[in-house]
Amino acid sequence: MRRIISVLMENEPGALSRVVGLFSQRGYNIESLTVAPTEDRTLSRLTLTTIGDDHKIEQITKHLNRLIDVVKLVDLTEGAHIERELMLIKVRATGAQRAEVKRCVDIFRGQIIDVTATVYTIQITGTSDKLDAFFQAVGEASILEVVRSGVSGIGRGEKVLTI
Amino acid sequence: MSKKAFYIAATGRPGPVVIDIPKDITNPTDKYEYSYPERVKLRSYTPAQRGHAGQIKKAVQLLLSAKRPMIYAGGGVILGNACQQLTDLARRLNAPVTNTLMGLGAYPGTDRQFVGMLGMHGFVEANFAMHHADVILAVGARFDDRVTNTPNKFCPNAKIIHVDIDPAAISKTVVADVPIVGPVDSVLNDMLEILASAEEKQDAKALEDWWKQINEWRERYGILVKPRYRTDGDMIMPEEVISTLFEVTKGDAYVTSDVGQHQMFAAQYYPFDKPRRWINSGGLGTMGFGLPAAMGVQYVHRDATVACVTGEGSIQMCIQELSTCKQYHLPVKIICLNNQALGMVKQWQDMQYDSRYSESLYEESLPDFVKLMEAYGHVGIRVTKREELRAKMEECFAMKDKVVFMDIYVDPTEHVYPMHIAPNGSMRDMWLNKTERT
Repeated sequence: MRRIISVLMENEPGALSRVVGLFSQRGYNIESLTVAPTEDRTLSRLTLTTIGDDHKIEQITKHLNRLIDVVKLVDLTEGAHIERELMLIKVRATGAQRAEVKRCVDIFRGQIIDVTATVYTIQITGTSDKLDAFFQAVGEASILEVVRSGVSGIGRGEKVLTI
Repeated sequence: MSKKAFYIAATGRPGPVVIDIPKDITNPTDKYEYSYPERVKLRSYTPAQRGHAGQIKKAVQLLLSAKRPMIYAGGGVILGNACQQLTDLARRLNAPVTNTLMGLGAYPGTDRQFVGMLGMHGFVEANFAMHHADVILAVGARFDDRVTNTPNKFCPNAKIIHVDIDPAAISKTVVADVPIVGPVDSVLNDMLEILASAEEKQDAKALEDWWKQINEWRERYGILVKPRYRTDGDMIMPEEVISTLFEVTKGDAYVTSDVGQHQMFAAQYYPFDKPRRWINSGGLGTMGFGLPAAMGVQYVHRDATVACVTGEGSIQMCIQELSTCKQYHLPVKIICLNNQALGMVKQWQDMQYDSRYSESLYEESLPDFVKLMEAYGHVGIRVTKREELRAKMEECFAMKDKVVFMDIYVDPTEHVYPMHIAPNGSMRDMWLNKTERT
């Protein structure tokens, strides 16, 4: 099962490498990973998605907690949560396709943020599934380049992950 | 940074911390202000201070209701300084105790309630007792694969209470019914306190039957009850060397070891009555650990008897340290079980690869250890005859101020038994010798 694990950790050199090292040493796969400092510059928020059963995820969270640089963490998929991913995508847009792609972008509530005579650069946000669906809609043949940010997530409602 | 390192190293689950100091920091022209804080507090590191009271109560009730209780204690009991509490608890419950390789000495090795080391080369009575127990109290142990054999066949009838400072150790390979995260000394103290005022009585009849059963197993299989190895030949048996070492040192030496057959023989045939007498690399499996470890012990305990039980393979991993022994006057005694082979590798090749000895034999390539010792300015003693073993060992330990190396030629065909039958065996499936099994 796909899980989103959200980690608050010290914003220090080497911290990220320890987290990633833990995954590679133990043979767990990271599907996506995003890290950036929080409003408190000494803390980073790391969100990663991985796949595993309950036992495996329990092991992952316990071992992450064991790292000295990790302050707190939560498995977001355990409760109600919001997840978003940002995608920048270049699509071939010529002739009749130009209008078609434009319509598609509107349907997916994306924005065209750069235009040339033959190419649209599009920005779309949403769940990973939604971004996957956009590929299908425009057709893989017309996609030139894709950049995805990886999943960011946050708990729903009043739940907060803070120290 | 240093204070932080020591804090992390000494608290929680203790262990080494690396401080990497770059060369430019040590430049004598750069001066730094000296500051060493009194205390450190790390927001991201807060080891548990107490066990959960409700869980501890539940554990005690479970132990009191047990018909076949068993205490399985690991190296965490020694690291957590909880050996006295463990002993008190075992006596109070009249429960059999087994120790892991790292836990040897946590409970007195010659005590009646001690059923020996458990696991792959553990005592049959210890493994049988684990397999048949209905409640197991695991303290400072991690259900290593050298202990459990096949995890899903491990102790099918037992409810498991697992006490450990490290949450990641709990329910890792074997699911705990009552997990308790906390320092072992405080948790065991809490248990003793509850027991002191507990009204519930143990089932005395069931316990008596349990002990009867365990003592039967001990009579039938115990390797310290009577020798299970060959005693009628001319060859020196490695088991006999360790037993002799135990007698000559009156069971009071600090013993370190490397990795291999000699390590298992030492663990089996040298019962430790006190904690921190058996210094071993355990799960790290580090050949070459024994001599430096012995030197460290000798450096701290200047007058103590320190023996490094090793093999001709392991000792050559760090043999240059003989020079350091000279430099710092560390008169350790090296007991080398020389079978001219990497014995444990060879044993597995015998058992699983039709005795195809790939890279495990020395074939006349070993150095003359006696001459080597003399070159370093130490004493070397070669023992090849069985009848000379005891006298030479006494001679070795009589040389208090000297580093002495006993190069003892043992039967090269000997295997370590008992041994778990793997793969797919349970705790009770063991080889007793080359042909018989449980």
